[in-house]
Amino acid sequence: MLAWTIYISFLGALALLLLPSRSTALIRGLALLTSLVTFAITLTAFLQHRSGEMFTVVDYPWISSLGIHFSLKADGISLTLLLLTGVIGVCGVLFSWNVDHRIKEFFAFYLVLIGAVYGVFLSFDLFLLFVFYEIVVIPKYFLIAIWGSTRREYAAMKLVLYSFIGSAMVLVGLIAAYVVSGSHSMSLGDLAGYNYSPHFQMWAFPLVFVGFGVLAGLWPFHTWAPTGHVAAPTAASMLLAGVVMKLGAYGCLRVAMTLFPLGLAPWGFHVLGLGSWRDVFAVLAVIGIVYGALVALVQKDFKFVIGYSSISHMGFILLGLMTLNQIGLSGAVVQMVSHGILAGLLFAVVGRMVYSRTHTRDLPALGPMHLSKVLPFAAFTFVIAGMASMGLPGFSGFAAELMILIGVWHSYPTLILFVGIGLIAGVAYIWRAMQQAFFAGAPALATPPEHPLPPITFPEKLGAAILICSSVIVGTFPQIFLNVIHPALNSPLFQGLRNGGW
Amino acid sequence: MEGPGMTQDMNSFPWLTILTAVPLVGALAVLALGGRNKALIRWTALGFSAISLLVTLILWHSFNSAADGFQFQELHAWIPSLNVSYRVGIDGLGLLVLLLTSIVVPIGMLASWQIEERVPLYFALVLMLQTCLVGTFTALNFFHWFIFWELALIPAFFLVRLWGGSGSAKAAMQFLVYTMVGSVAMLLSFLAIFLSTNTFDFSEIATMGQNGTLMPAVVSKLGWHLLTPEHVALVIFFGALLGFAVKVPLFPFHTWLPSTYAEAPSGTTILLTGAMSKMGVYGFLRILLPIFYPQMQKVLTPLLWLAVATVVLSAYTAMAQKDLKRIFAYSSINHLGYCLLAIFAVAKYTGGDAALTTQKFAAMNGVFLQMFNHGLTAATLFWFIAMLEKRTGGVRGLDDFGGLRKVVPVFTGLMGIALFSSLGLPGLNGFIGEFLIFKGSFPLVTWATSLSVIGLLITAIFILGVIQRVFSGPLQEKWAQLPDLTLGERLSLVPVIGLMFALGLYPQLILGVVNHTAIQMALHLRNF
Repeated sequence: MLAWTIYISFLGALALLLLPSRSTALIRGLALLTSLVTFAITLTAFLQHRSGEMFTVVDYPWISSLGIHFSLKADGISLTLLLLTGVIGVCGVLFSWNVDHRIKEFFAFYLVLIGAVYGVFLSFDLFLLFVFYEIVVIPKYFLIAIWGSTRREYAAMKLVLYSFIGSAMVLVGLIAAYVVSGSHSMSLGDLAGYNYSPHFQMWAFPLVFVGFGVLAGLWPFHTWAPTGHVAAPTAASMLLAGVVMKLGAYGCLRVAMTLFPLGLAPWGFHVLGLGSWRDVFAVLAVIGIVYGALVALVQKDFKFVIGYSSISHMGFILLGLMTLNQIGLSGAVVQMVSHGILAGLLFAVVGRMVYSRTHTRDLPALGPMHLSKVLPFAAFTFVIAGMASMGLPGFSGFAAELMILIGVWHSYPTLILFVGIGLIAGVAYIWRAMQQAFFAGAPALATPPEHPLPPITFPEKLGAAILICSSVIVGTFPQIFLNVIHPALNSPLFQGLRNGGW
Repeated sequence: MEGPGMTQDMNSFPWLTILTAVPLVGALAVLALGGRNKALIRWTALGFSAISLLVTLILWHSFNSAADGFQFQELHAWIPSLNVSYRVGIDGLGLLVLLLTSIVVPIGMLASWQIEERVPLYFALVLMLQTCLVGTFTALNFFHWFIFWELALIPAFFLVRLWGGSGSAKAAMQFLVYTMVGSVAMLLSFLAIFLSTNTFDFSEIATMGQNGTLMPAVVSKLGWHLLTPEHVALVIFFGALLGFAVKVPLFPFHTWLPSTYAEAPSGTTILLTGAMSKMGVYGFLRILLPIFYPQMQKVLTPLLWLAVATVVLSAYTAMAQKDLKRIFAYSSINHLGYCLLAIFAVAKYTGGDAALTTQKFAAMNGVFLQMFNHGLTAATLFWFIAMLEKRTGGVRGLDDFGGLRKVVPVFTGLMGIALFSSLGLPGLNGFIGEFLIFKGSFPLVTWATSLSVIGLLITAIFILGVIQRVFSGPLQEKWAQLPDLTLGERLSLVPVIGLMFALGLYPQLILGVVNHTAIQMALHLRNF
């Protein structure tokens, strides 16, 4: 049934293209319906498969001579991320209700993007995963280049180039794995079960990890992200920062770390205090956390603040992955969900609620507009999203960061101090942006504002409500997700990782 | 499970969850009512806080003051993977601060009656703050407690920011960042503890701290090669200490306080000084002292120096202030400094000496009483300042007045009582807490207590100074028409002033309920 998330998304895109361009209500309705149906499927699957163990969705031989199957499977981790995609997919449509230029193509590209993302999360055959991974790139380009804002052609091109370079690295690694294991199968299970030589893994791992890491915003390969997300239209930013970056992190965990676990082992010598690829990526992740936060702190463009905050939060995910213990890894997965929701929410406020009305994202210019009085719902939503983003307990970010921090204490106690700095910087940049954008005119504005802005529409409110509730649910009841994530982490697929790690 | 164990009333009527939820429901109700009818909003909010007070009084009445452990406990599974359960309960200390909160919040609301801007939001934030306070005071594990500790910052920030004075942007930001830095440090320390003990439960961790097994577990888990085990333990301790030190505050982490108290609208200052600062002292008593007192013993002398500095320097600075709110902001730091002095005195190693242990009981009781009495008195003082500001249109400088007793005699009389209570006049509530603290601490930490007496003297000087400069002397022409207290104000002040006398003359009202808990807390600090 989960395979239908992919099929329906693609079919929906096709159906959209067949509709007449003028029937905007029909187009939006169909897009919403498609995303709702796929979300419903992911939700049902999540609720049904409580055990969190890997199960097969679909498995057809495809190119048998090369051992490639159209093989889709899901475990607790996939189910969680599929659910995230479903929620963000629906909310993205809601926040794009105001798109009025080539609406048909917009939603068609959007649905193709979502369908491909579902594909990546479900793929168990690495060739298939790569195909979907590449399909993701194409709608990204067009969404940014046609409907984007600041320097959109440049941003789209940069984003696509980086993505392709990353995928190229991944492809080399995957082909190498395929060939070395005897060219029998591209199934993840088979490839992961093969015992590659430690020497092989030692170069294959960083290659594939960095390849996926580029998309995950690994420092210093992250520079495409702020530019790209700022240029993208709101729904695209939500998807890109919220979900597509998670494809990279997912790839790191699902592919790089399961195929080549020995790549994380100590080298036997030390360079600048680092003794393994694990150390290298852990340090790069922490740099990403702190650097992202500090750069966000000095931005003048509201959207750039959020763009850089994504880098910072993704750093937490990558750090969690490198802790190699159960609590750190589960924290990383929960952070994937949490940041997905919160990035969606933050971009929605900045892009859709504020920018499309004020036509400026310049923080000093927004202050005099007294947005807390003119757009109280936007101010409220940003406060909640901001609080959640900085890790306020009760919201998803805290639950995730808590687990990651415990994992970090276990594996890298010396890095804790820097992470703490990152946390505080996280508070600072959110608070600064919030103050400057919404509350610069406060306290007590006695006279009514001179330039009323269009009020927040119902679809926006609905989207915001969905995302806020999701964050609260994840934050107060993380157990729901941990119940399926833990069995997945304890499955045979991660055996090699466990032998080396926890 | 050892330590203050689970005794009666497990999973019976969920009083504490209700107490936590009532203000939140009130906040939502107030927001739903909207903006047009301001009076309705104010009375609705006041009504909900009155319900909270009623529930608290019911708890006060049904509390068993002779029992060990926590009462009115509720236990539900929550996040098994993190060994976190929903567990709430109160002992004498918890009950005391809950009572204080439920008295201070209505006072804060009454003092905010003159707010005209965004009224529903204001009162909703106050009620949300009350929920967070109750949540903090009833939580029995770190995860649950930390949620409310952090959440409380949000309404507090906005209350200061949106309705505050001209410097409120900077003050609110300073308040937030300071507290956040402390909280992050505290969080990291407790996560390290969780890693080593696999529990967030305060009682369990405290038991390990008292058995001496906590720090070895932490040290073995962290495996830091750069620091000795002792130093690792101290680092963890300092992290936790920072979080609470900022909140109380302890010198030198107090610099956020005077601006924040001064810039906040007086109704909010009441909440800040009456209730939020008690979160810090509560944290010292509930969390820091039981778990980390071996570390406190190691650094006792520096801690005592900081406490003395807090007491003396803040009083001295209060004397130099010209803004009434700043005077009492610094005075708040001073009064809570005594609590910290006593806490550090109690932490001192006395090797089971019976006489000194009795002194520790006295000091502990003193801390409890001082917390409550300071909350009550400070809230009332800022209430009077609010009433004054209402009449003078915001003017509250020390040199702006003079001779007010001729124009507003009732106001003078009642504020005078509150001022004398703050000064520590016997017969009023402010005396007994300070007395017990000094009595208990003197044999334990003689030099620190002696130096702290200077704080008492300076406090007397500046409070008498306030009385003299504001109420006596020549009356300025512009204040000649100042209206005295209205009937409503007098009626609402009577129970509060009455309580000041009652507690001053008959402290047993509180001591009877909290004494057992105080003794238990002191006894659990096994010396080794």
